[in-house]
Amino acid sequence: MTEQTQYHALKVDAIKCIGCTHCMKSCPTEAIRVIKGLAVIDHESCVDCGQCHRVCPTNAFYVEQDDLAKIRGFKYRVILFPSIMIGQFPEKYSENQIYEGLMKIGFTHVYEVEQPLQLLIDSVKEYCANPVNTKPAISAYCPAIIRLIQSRYPSLTENIILRKAPYDLAAHFAIERFMLEGAQRDEIGLFYATPCIAKIASVKSPGGERESIVDGIINMNHLYNEVMKVISEDEAEDHSIQRQNLSSEGVLWSLTRGESRNFGSRSMAIDGIHNVVRFLERLENDQVKGIDFLELRACDQSCAGGILLTGNRFMNVERLERRARRYPLAKDIPFSNIKVDVEKLKQKLIIDSIHPKPVFIFGKDRIKAMEKIDRAQRIVCFLPGIDCGACGAPNCHALADDMVNNKAKMSDCIFLQQMWEDEGRITPNKAFLNVQKKWGTNRFKADCNKKGRRNEGF
Amino acid sequence: MKLTFAIQGGDFIHAGHPSSEVKKVLKQLNIDNKIIKNVVIALYEAEVNVVAHAYSGTVNVEIDENKITILVTDEGPGIPDIDLAMKPGYSTASKSVQEMGFGAGMGLPNIKKNTDEMWLETEVGKGTKVKMLNYFS
Ligand SMILES: Nc1ncnc2c1ncn2[C@@H]1O[C@H](COP(=O)(O)OP(=O)(O)OP(=O)(O)O)[C@@H](O)[C@H]1O
Ligand code: SF4
Ligand code: SF4
Ligand code: SF4
Ligand SMILES: [Mg+2]
Repeated sequence: MTEQTQYHALKVDAIKCIGCTHCMKSCPTEAIRVIKGLAVIDHESCVDCGQCHRVCPTNAFYVEQDDLAKIRGFKYRVILFPSIMIGQFPEKYSENQIYEGLMKIGFTHVYEVEQPLQLLIDSVKEYCANPVNTKPAISAYCPAIIRLIQSRYPSLTENIILRKAPYDLAAHFAIERFMLEGAQRDEIGLFYATPCIAKIASVKSPGGERESIVDGIINMNHLYNEVMKVISEDEAEDHSIQRQNLSSEGVLWSLTRGESRNFGSRSMAIDGIHNVVRFLERLENDQVKGIDFLELRACDQSCAGGILLTGNRFMNVERLERRARRYPLAKDIPFSNIKVDVEKLKQKLIIDSIHPKPVFIFGKDRIKAMEKIDRAQRIVCFLPGIDCGACGAPNCHALADDMVNNKAKMSDCIFLQQMWEDEGRITPNKAFLNVQKKWGTNRFKADCNKKGRRNEGF
Repeated sequence: MKLTFAIQGGDFIHAGHPSSEVKKVLKQLNIDNKIIKNVVIALYEAEVNVVAHAYSGTVNVEIDENKITILVTDEGPGIPDIDLAMKPGYSTASKSVQEMGFGAGMGLPNIKKNTDEMWLETEVGKGTKVKMLNYFS
């Protein structure tokens, strides 16, 4: 089987990008280089964590999505969204008003994905209780984390819990429900509102699975905009029937500790991709003992901090925490509410397998890789070690790696150039042209309106 | 290829740096995950022993196509009775070291368990050398 390349929804707008290197410096997998003054993402290394998008001062990153018009072709037009979506709306809009807004823009059914959650809770508990499964069990919830583990911590792939996320649960649940009502599968259009690019990638190229079960993906910020255009200021009719399987745990699921509070006698929750990287490093070194459940999320404040959410992440969390108090515990929601075949639904939650997908930046040939690492180490001795990024690589080490991979030259380092100039090995004019080639002529023009100036805010 | 690191006695905060670096290299060399894990665990234990029991040390790593050899050399008190030190559960760790979660007396046995070959050389009052070897297949 040939390996399929991963789909990535994140793109760089060449007009907006000013080559400021912020994204490159914050990428946890060193996937970005600035080439000819523009940020370029290496698709093999990128794990879709969204960190680069978050730090870009010019909003140069944009996210591809499906056209909302795509829903028109279906009789049952279902919007599936994580509960976190509700949290971003201004306080004055009730759940019913938001639901109605979604229906006004064309959906016929509105489903929050964290229902019927008890099935997933039971299934994960069952998985964790099985002694053959590796401890600590790591939740498969955040697709960016799965990608990170597959590519950078392949040995921990076996710790990932082979159970799907709420969105799969809800998608199958919705299909079963409509089929019960007599719908044909091709009449049902499922659209997933995503808080992040990681979910898009996992839906468009699900890790080792069959084709995706949803028919389209809509970015949550886009949906927010559309709903805000049509939302009524008056209380809307009661849509709570569509939330009758929603629980307190469900409302909290996408927040930090949303999962971990339900599982294990010793569980941990870690949010923020850089925190997760540091922790996985320890875990892989066997320096974490006695933990049995791990919830790892790429975003600070978990999905409340997803890059496609609107509003302040802490305020989103607060609204959801208050909201959760109004909902019953998952175990108290009668199974009879589910109506569809529970066993069948449970079966759908199982992931067959998740395989490691290590990234070998020096290639797969061991001898050659060893030579390259050796050479890179010698090159590093000559680099200044200040990780300035002016070469277009995130740090001196990465530049050395790029050099041995023939992706960069010695003269890309402005310090080495300076030295060579001083030693008379290169003319000042040649040195200048080198930098100009790397960063473009505009870099040298005076411009008082440059983006990223000091007074642009905090 | 060769890698060298220094270890500071008493510096628990930075213990683990050499094992992390070695791990990074082994991963790039497409070494079996289980073997990487063994190497990392053994090296980490040896590092911590220098930190906990000696004054300072160095880690010398040599990697070729088929194996990795690691030599951890320290200047320190040395080990008076090697057989006793190798016994699981035997430890002379101070209370303060134990409070940091070390000193179960499992380090040396763990090194033995996670390497294909291990040598220990020591001179009381001078220091200790631990050599570890793991084959890649
Ligand atoms: N490098 C060293 N220098 C001096 N003494 C050592 C050294 N390494 C081990 N020892 C001695 O051998 C004993 C046993 O070592 P071992 O690594 O098995 O256990 P520990 O370090 O005491 O505890 P643990 O490794 O489980 O945290 C130590 O308590 C110490 O007395
Ligand atoms: S952070 Fe800077 S370099 Fe990266 S995309 Fe934005 S403007 Fe370009
Ligand atoms: S999404 Fe994350 S991994 Fe991908 S390029 Fe951006 S920061 Fe790097
Ligand atoms: S934490 Fe949530 S929003 Fe952020 S990447 Fe993971 S799944 Fe997406
Ligand atoms: Mg020890």
